Amino acid sequence: MRAYTPKDNVQKKPYYTDRYWVAPQVAKHEVSSDAVFARDLEAISAKFTVLEAYIQVDQMVVIINAEDNFGVIELMKNSLEYNQLSELSAIDWLAAEGKFEIFYQMLSMSKRKRVRIKCKIDEKESIQSVEKLFRSADWSEREMYDMFGIVINNHPFMKRILMPDDWEGFPLRKTYPLQGDEFASWYEVDKIFGKEAREIIGPENRDPARVDRYDTERFARLGHEVPRGADISQGEPDTPLVYQESEGVFLIEKFDAEKSVVISDRDR
Amino acid sequence: MAQHQVNYLKDGGLPVALTTIDKVVNWGRSNSLWALTYGLACCGIEMMASGASRYDFDRFGTIFRASPRQAELMVVAGTLTKKHAEFIRRLYDQMTEPKWVISMGSCANTGGMFNTYATVQGVDRVIPVDLYLPGCAPRPETLQYGVMLLQQKIRRESASRAQKPKRLM
Ligand code: SF4
Repeated sequence: MRAYTPKDNVQKKPYYTDRYWVAPQVAKHEVSSDAVFARDLEAISAKFTVLEAYIQVDQMVVIINAEDNFGVIELMKNSLEYNQLSELSAIDWLAAEGKFEIFYQMLSMSKRKRVRIKCKIDEKESIQSVEKLFRSADWSEREMYDMFGIVINNHPFMKRILMPDDWEGFPLRKTYPLQGDEFASWYEVDKIFGKEAREIIGPENRDPARVDRYDTERFARLGHEVPRGADISQGEPDTPLVYQESEGVFLIEKFDAEKSVVISDRDR
Repeated sequence: MAQHQVNYLKDGGLPVALTTIDKVVNWGRSNSLWALTYGLACCGIEMMASGASRYDFDRFGTIFRASPRQAELMVVAGTLTKKHAEFIRRLYDQMTEPKWVISMGSCANTGGMFNTYATVQGVDRVIPVDLYLPGCAPRPETLQYGVMLLQQKIRRESASRAQKPKRLM
């Protein structure tokens, strides 16, 4: 017989779990399976420590030590023909392992290959800039600093790129709330009017479906029509239904069922 | 006798119009609303479309100006980011009195779909707003209707007195 399951609170927990479900993984292949990548990896590992290397979706991923990043990318650019740094950013793994992962995505036009260089740094650690090698790293590294708070050494213009200069907090960290922290929610008020204005202006409305029943200043409200700005906190006056003829209109009379005559004889 | 004699007393044909200074001034003001170009995001495209030949804002006397000194209407069209908030306030302060603000689109009204850390949740947190246009984005017709409503509002105001200080929130 089937086990009894209460039908009234199925929402509270998943009532079905697939015992055989495995989270999908992108397959990793040996680097030796691709001749071009194998030669590149040999050249890198001859000079630097390679912690791990594999091929994923036809791209080689090489994990190195963070202090080698400039050397490895210089080698890739000057000797291995990887002439484009197409992307550079970080991933926040602070909760899981207390580290940031930094990746450099490189493209070789002549070999038609892409390689990803990865390294990990601690939260307070800084990393060497590769702006001297690729100009594209300039803004990417500024963005990395802006969004994650990773300090870049030897960068020519280490400054926030997207957020205002006086912003506090690093928005792409997993610990940063999507709707902003205390500083973010009062940023424009503090900056323009000063902290004293916080009480006058009030907190942000973060509920898009909010309707204030007693607000008569705004354009959308519920309830009876009242003049703008009227105080209806004690309840607004009812708008009674009035008919034009109830006051008495010339020649118009309200229908009275009592006085009406029902004609039964149709042939009259 | 002149062939076309003007009969002044017939058909209200007196060559005199009686009005008030308020009405004349407000007539002038409401029919030459010069707007500051303030396209911040996608709504800005609709604002430009309303100014261009198909919808033709010029026939309302609304001409876009690129300087706050020459403008009396600010159409805030688009998403106001927190980084930009101080500049919109500065430009608003630079506009000469009397001045009016139309908040165009959900983003300018309430922050719209950008319920995030970087967006100001409604421009009325920073500058006083006269008219809110709903929509994402409001069509040029909506903006033109909004400008016509604003013209009605201006005509109702008293022109001689200094403008009443506007409520910020
Ligand atoms: S309201 Fe819609 S169209 Fe207008 S700026 Fe916001 S997202 Fe763009």
